[in-house]
Amino acid sequence: MARGSDTAPAEATPVREMGRGTRTLLLVLALAALIAAPFYVYPVFLMTLLCFGLFAAAFNLLLGYTGLLSFGHAAFFGGAAYFTAHAAKVWGWPPEFALLLGVIGAAGLGVVMGAIAIRRQGIYFAMITLALSQMFFFACLQMPFTHGEDGIQSVPRGRLFGLIDLNQTLNMYFFVLAVFLLGLLIIWRFVNSPFGMILKAIRENEQRAVSLGYAVPAFKLGAFVMSAALAGLAGGLKALVLQFATLTDVAWQMSGEVILMTLIGGIGTMLGPILGSSIVIALQQRLATSDFPVTIITGLVFMVCVLLFRRGLIGELAHSRIGRAMGLRPPG
Amino acid sequence: MDALSQTAEPRVVLSARGLGKDFSGFTAVNNVNLDVRHARIHALIGPNGAGKTTVFNLLTKFLQPTRGTITLMGTDITRMAPDAVARMGLVRSFQISAVFPHLTVLENVRVALQRPAELHTQFWRSLKALDVLNGRAEVLLDELGLTPWRDTRAADLSYGRKRVLEIATTLALDPEVLLLDEPMAGMGHEDVHTVADIIREVAKHRAVLMVEHNLSVVEDICDHVTVLQRGEILAEGDYATVSNDPRVRTAYMGSEA
Ligand SMILES: Nc1ncnc2c1ncn2[C@@H]1O[C@H](COP(=O)(O)OP(=O)(O)O)[C@@H](O)[C@H]1O
Ligand SMILES: [Mg+2]
Repeated sequence: MARGSDTAPAEATPVREMGRGTRTLLLVLALAALIAAPFYVYPVFLMTLLCFGLFAAAFNLLLGYTGLLSFGHAAFFGGAAYFTAHAAKVWGWPPEFALLLGVIGAAGLGVVMGAIAIRRQGIYFAMITLALSQMFFFACLQMPFTHGEDGIQSVPRGRLFGLIDLNQTLNMYFFVLAVFLLGLLIIWRFVNSPFGMILKAIRENEQRAVSLGYAVPAFKLGAFVMSAALAGLAGGLKALVLQFATLTDVAWQMSGEVILMTLIGGIGTMLGPILGSSIVIALQQRLATSDFPVTIITGLVFMVCVLLFRRGLIGELAHSRIGRAMGLRPPG
Repeated sequence: MDALSQTAEPRVVLSARGLGKDFSGFTAVNNVNLDVRHARIHALIGPNGAGKTTVFNLLTKFLQPTRGTITLMGTDITRMAPDAVARMGLVRSFQISAVFPHLTVLENVRVALQRPAELHTQFWRSLKALDVLNGRAEVLLDELGLTPWRDTRAADLSYGRKRVLEIATTLALDPEVLLLDEPMAGMGHEDVHTVADIIREVAKHRAVLMVEHNLSVVEDICDHVTVLQRGEILAEGDYATVSNDPRVRTAYMGSEA
């Protein structure tokens, strides 16, 4: 073979291993912080952060790791919130089964919406998911079990496995933390699995993946349903935390918000969506009592982030020297 | 069995009859008949815009033909999806190099191996599950001289090596028919020779249809040549026959020589 520009293969490997220890250390510290947090910060606020962090991470599974921009994820989040709330309140199901119903319901919605939208590309895909989620919104508005404008209120948290009383705030917090970590673990495994490898190949060169015999729509649908199910997990959890499910959760603004959260933090990173959602939620809570219109502020934050940090906050950090030393992986 | 059938050409594995494609009124390919045979290298040549890539897209079902039929190993594939055709053993490369840029050389080849090994749907297993494919992948890398770049990202390879990696990935599927769209375009002399040797070697056990502009390569390694012009077949035969055809000389080679 002729000498090309690529004659130094030896130095290709170590970059990835660098900072591995630092990364483990950071993970342990983060975990410790999450365990200690409810003793210093208002737990319901923390739980809200965890719910929306999981929602954004689930959304990012689709946008960041599959390359599909959905504008209809509120249907899964809000739909699951309704299912979980209804099962817990009307049927008196224990929280773990109510949550499971929310996940299954969201996955079912994901199968239907995904099957219709998946063959479209780019903006058409986004438009179809938006249209379908709007149809679901109106269905929720009309159906009696959602109680229209009132929503489902005073959802009981119940006893986990019939044993642990989730009305105890700390119990609830650690349950939410466990579900949040489980959700992230599932996303991590999904992305770093044999299936995830094919998803990555499809994202990098779809035509080539087809020419190798991969049924691309089936892989995209798989990722779509997984993302929907996890968004449902977040939505159901939110219904138990805040003890209500309303039309706000299924409205198109919620679909927009999760896009915003993910882009601010950085798509295609594990931490980006969590940081992004924390910023947005914190802003919303801060400004909730002021006269300032929240949407304008979050919109401004979004614009600044997109203009200054095109890869998102975590994406830029991962590309920087500091990020590398910390063992963060750049997206891609 | 008489002597004739013993010297007869090997079986046809891919054939097209009356193949045609219109792009909103413009006929890019018209009435193309092709017979691609096992263990033979078949060249598709012709000036730029003649419709060679379009023929490839039709044969591999990346484009739906407007007219005609395509048969792969006795099965009519005219209405099939491109991924299904690939799974039947008709695998193509692309005119513009098609690797997975952010995957390593090893991972590129493994992506191809994952499907036949049924390691493509598991979303609950660790990436370590793919290590069982390393042995087979490394053999391929070794055969094509890519071993030193095993863990290099494909994006960091030289152009020539990207094309070799593409061939390695294609061969990983052990296809019955190989379609190569300008596999040597933009390569240096040495690379051209290496790739020509590789193609000659792999064609011992499979059919190869390739688009190639380098006529000395065509003369060197191809058994059969089809000349395309403005979407239609202008001439056909072995290299000597085709290159002496006066129509081919004026239409194509005149500008080359
Ligand atoms: N998708 C398409 N839409 C419209 N015209 C096309 C398309 N693909 C190819 N063509 C046209 O068909 C003709 C043949 O193109 P192509 O098959 O790429 O030629 P070649 O590979 O022989 O250079 C060209 O005139 C090209 O512009
Ligand atoms: Mg071409």
